[in-house]
Amino acid sequence: MTSSSDIRQTFFQECDELLEALNDGLDEIAKTPDGGGVDTETINAVFRAVHSIKGGAGAFSLKSLVEFAHRFETTLDEMRSDRLAPTADVMKVCLRSADHLATLVACARDSVEDTSGAGLELHDKLAALSATPGQAPVASEPFRATALPVDGVPDLGFQPLALLFEDLAPEPVAATYHIQFTPTRQLFANGNDPVNLIRGLAELGEIDVQVDTSALPDLELMDWAESYFSWTVTLRSAEPLQAVQDVFEFVDGCCNLVIDVQLPVPPPIPTEEGPIPDLVASAMTPRAKTPVAPTEKTAGQSKGTVRVDLELVDRLINIVGELVINQAVLAQRVQNAGLSRLSDVGAGLDEFRSLAREIQEYVMAIRAQPIKPLFQRMARISREASDMAGKSVVLEVVGESTEIDKTVIERLVDPLTHMIRNAVDHGVESVEARKAAGKPEVGCIRLTAAHRSGRVLIEVADDGAGINRPRVREIAVNKGLVPAEAVLTDAEIDQLLFAPGFSTASEVTGLSGRGVGMDVVRSAIQGLGGRVSVSSTPGQGTTMAISLPLTLAVLDDMVVDVAGQTMVIPITAIVETLQPRPGDIHRVASLGEVVAVRDVFVPIIDLAETFGLRARSGDYRNMVLLVVESGDDNRWALAVDSVRDMRQVVIKGLEGNYGHVPGVAAATILGDGKIALIIDPEEAALHARQQPALPAEPLAEEN
Amino acid sequence: MSATAERIESDLRELVSFRVAGQDFCVDIMSVREIRGWTPATLLPHAPPHILGVINLRGSVVPIVDLAVRLGLPAMEPNSRHVIVICVVGNQTVGFLVDAVSDIIGVRKSAIQSTPDVTSEKTRAFIEGVIAIEDRMLRLIDIEFAFPANGRQEQP
Repeated sequence: MTSSSDIRQTFFQECDELLEALNDGLDEIAKTPDGGGVDTETINAVFRAVHSIKGGAGAFSLKSLVEFAHRFETTLDEMRSDRLAPTADVMKVCLRSADHLATLVACARDSVEDTSGAGLELHDKLAALSATPGQAPVASEPFRATALPVDGVPDLGFQPLALLFEDLAPEPVAATYHIQFTPTRQLFANGNDPVNLIRGLAELGEIDVQVDTSALPDLELMDWAESYFSWTVTLRSAEPLQAVQDVFEFVDGCCNLVIDVQLPVPPPIPTEEGPIPDLVASAMTPRAKTPVAPTEKTAGQSKGTVRVDLELVDRLINIVGELVINQAVLAQRVQNAGLSRLSDVGAGLDEFRSLAREIQEYVMAIRAQPIKPLFQRMARISREASDMAGKSVVLEVVGESTEIDKTVIERLVDPLTHMIRNAVDHGVESVEARKAAGKPEVGCIRLTAAHRSGRVLIEVADDGAGINRPRVREIAVNKGLVPAEAVLTDAEIDQLLFAPGFSTASEVTGLSGRGVGMDVVRSAIQGLGGRVSVSSTPGQGTTMAISLPLTLAVLDDMVVDVAGQTMVIPITAIVETLQPRPGDIHRVASLGEVVAVRDVFVPIIDLAETFGLRARSGDYRNMVLLVVESGDDNRWALAVDSVRDMRQVVIKGLEGNYGHVPGVAAATILGDGKIALIIDPEEAALHARQQPALPAEPLAEEN
Repeated sequence: MSATAERIESDLRELVSFRVAGQDFCVDIMSVREIRGWTPATLLPHAPPHILGVINLRGSVVPIVDLAVRLGLPAMEPNSRHVIVICVVGNQTVGFLVDAVSDIIGVRKSAIQSTPDVTSEKTRAFIEGVIAIEDRMLRLIDIEFAFPANGRQEQP
């Protein structure tokens, strides 16, 4: 009983992976205009994914899943054997079918009936697509590698793949490779060095390297980040082509690479088979000259992985965190005992420290996951939402390989879903309105993820009409959120979207009621230690940005003293530290002090005052100012009594046993075993400002 | 085991008794994890007056509640002779600052009297009942009510 439910669970886990592969493949095909030049392997991978789901579902007698997968598979088979061109319309149905397949898998997992009703319609559409006269679907021969040209279907651009190099591999014949290697700017930006690549080639055999410097401009015209050189490497090696390609594996996509193979004139072989001349001929086909494409071998195999209970990983991360703290405590005790860092003990401790750090790094890497599955899910949400709203919208995804802590990814699903739906429903205008505004009919939503200064930035940007500020203001007034005579800046109006109870009721549709959820979105993101901001340009669109901490684990911090308390400030936020001269500090009426940092006035936030530890003194002569910067380029100078140290700290949650403290991100344990609070500089600054200034709270009280 | 023995067992409650500002209190022993000496706590900004701060309890961050203030008594001046009673309810851990831990006692449920009708509503919410022992009155604290409740407790 248990083992069968185990297998069932494994099947559903595999389904998730297969669905991901399916979506990847379909996206790849859909990107190519009218399917010209689509890699046969991509279509095969898509077909295999559906086929595997069908097979597994059959074993568990999941009837509706099998039926739909079979229908889908049949259509894909048509495409695979060139009888169906992957045009935009066809791909749309395929993508919808992939979504439906995912729904069916989810239904089967939860043992519920699919009630969406999309199945029959898609079933018919798929059937219509594959109803090529006289062609029976061939599902019994799933792993045919090459596409067969069929009469009547004009040139689709499929080229038979010459995979003969695989066969060539075991031949221990020294071949000559002519490698043309032109790095792009990106290669250097990613921190790669051509020297290492050429060294890698040198390990394979004899090389002769020539560099082409002809593209190098005059010194004053030169862009230091640009790539001007190209290399021609002649390599004589007995290694197969694959080995040569592997050298360039990590710079794939950021260089132009042409590998040309010449086999030596073979020694006369006294057999009649003569396979080698054939190989020479095929080696000289255009295929060998084209830039390196993934071979079937690499595409078909996935990396070996182990499935581990997330709780085990969490426990491991906690314990490793303890280990790092413990190491710091030990180091401090050794120092207190009067042993120098140069002693044997000190040296041993240094080694211990680097080991502990290394362990921690790898353990954290276990939980870091690319954001891609989440983004794929969002692609699906946007398709569903645009179907429902009757708009045509494409979702453009950037940075899907950005890695984030898995627990964070899971908790992003709901807020992001809401934001995407909002963007489709309220952001992008109707087709008519877009035409009238002279925009392309198809709306575009950009979903981007990137690492920025120790945080993860996720943006949802639409190219719609922007926030209708007069309308938002009007509604807020009607709802009693702001008094009618209040003068609000644009940014303050935008902030009203996040106010609890704000909903543009007349715009509420079946899809999303903006405002019902935006305050929920904000609290969900805040629960993750993140922030949401919105910016909008009328006529050009709205951008919602989420900024999240990279992980819930380690930080580089500056340890400071504030009114006798030890606090830590994330170093990623700090732009500079300075000791102000009296002339640098200016008072702005009663609003507070600013400090001049190279002629820019930065407001001073006295942390001791903000946290209620000491009354405001207004005297910063003996204090240190830390200039911090927020995601949207606001700067503040945090006043602290002194800076003590810089160190890496392990983040300890404060919310589990206590709750959220405004301006405090979390806590940590210092070398002496005491707890220090980790400051969230932006929140602290905003909180300090909020007390007298921000409109939301005082206004709400007035009503 | 006989039915009587079982009944006696379930009838008996074990309590940890301690003194706060000259009064005797007790909590159910099942919620007490450990008892340790006072160590200075790290202050929490914007905290209500009964939250003294947080301490490091073997790697976790534990808030400390000044039980006297929580019960509406004058605040204590914590020193090294004071004691922290670490309690767990649900998945929350909190330390309560008390003057001294006196005893562990077993009482029958029937010996727990309902709180006399002299205290304010707010205080009565914390006091589950009272127990008479050797001329003293032990006030049984409902530990869940004394918890900081996710930091969003009612302001006095």
